[in-house]
Amino acid sequence: MHHKIKALKAAFPHTIPVMTGYLFLGTAFGILLNSKGYHFGWAILMSIFIFAGSMQFVAVNLLTSAFNPVYAFFITLIVNARHLFYGISMLKPFKGRGKFKPYLIAGLTDETYSILCSTEPPDQVDKTWFMFFVTLLNQIYWVTGSAFGGFLGSLFSFDTKGIDFVMTALFTVIFINQWKAEKNHIPAITGVLASVLCLFVFGPDKFIIPSMAFIVLVLTIFRKKIEEGI
Amino acid sequence: MTLTTSQSLLIIAVIALATHITRGLPFILFPENKETPRYILYLGKVLPYSAMGLLVVYCLKNISFASSPYGIPEAIAVLCVALLHLWKNNTLLSIGVGTAVYMILVQLVFI
Repeated sequence: MHHKIKALKAAFPHTIPVMTGYLFLGTAFGILLNSKGYHFGWAILMSIFIFAGSMQFVAVNLLTSAFNPVYAFFITLIVNARHLFYGISMLKPFKGRGKFKPYLIAGLTDETYSILCSTEPPDQVDKTWFMFFVTLLNQIYWVTGSAFGGFLGSLFSFDTKGIDFVMTALFTVIFINQWKAEKNHIPAITGVLASVLCLFVFGPDKFIIPSMAFIVLVLTIFRKKIEEGI
Repeated sequence: MTLTTSQSLLIIAVIALATHITRGLPFILFPENKETPRYILYLGKVLPYSAMGLLVVYCLKNISFASSPYGIPEAIAVLCVALLHLWKNNTLLSIGVGTAVYMILVQLVFI
């Protein structure tokens, strides 16, 4: 029992930025879904089983347009394609995590990934439990926020405009931490430049997959150089 | 509700399935009991650095440089986060101040 509490204590501080973001964005999602006639039970259901922030906002559109499950399936694959990168990065860290592994994979959101790929728990903390608690805490924040928003619906209004920037700030901070930790900056620079370039060429709705392909291409071409530098 | 309850449930199930395919596919393609190709391990090692850059751009993707406020609040706030973080190296401080600055900018300055 003691090692679980230790892991929970080690995990919690890392999830504070995500808590802020998920509680507010989850609430926004719950309110939006509620405004389309879906009570808070639906918001909870979606936040438990889908658990993908931006996709759930897209899902609201899918639920309020003509019934088309095939389209919903493919649009989800496209919106969430970036998760493939996360899975590839976590193949090794998730190896040997036994009964925890399916949940760690299922809960691998942008935010959970950003913490897990950049944080090592202190030596005396069990890494499996640490990763489990980061994932679980994040999901609890998300489900709580959605339930709250869905329950209170439009009764609830104060100006939270701009609060979603907390996620941008989180990713920026992790980007800087990673930058400082590595000597070879080709992967980091590639990530930014390839995405910016593809954003201008393909536009905000279609740039993710071209960016991913571009990134893999550059990382493959410079493999020797990058591997020597790491 | 535009859709019936069972139609809604089906759409949600399909979205959940596709989401978990994107999360689980690498683990299905490269199971633990088989040796993962070195190339994939290499990608796994370097992708976090690229992915974080991609995520930052993804968060800022809806900025328009053609119309007001031309991405100025985002530029100021990201700069705040970066400078503060390089200076104090305190994650929560950088994120908290950066977000507060951004909220003030979009709520009070660039309306």
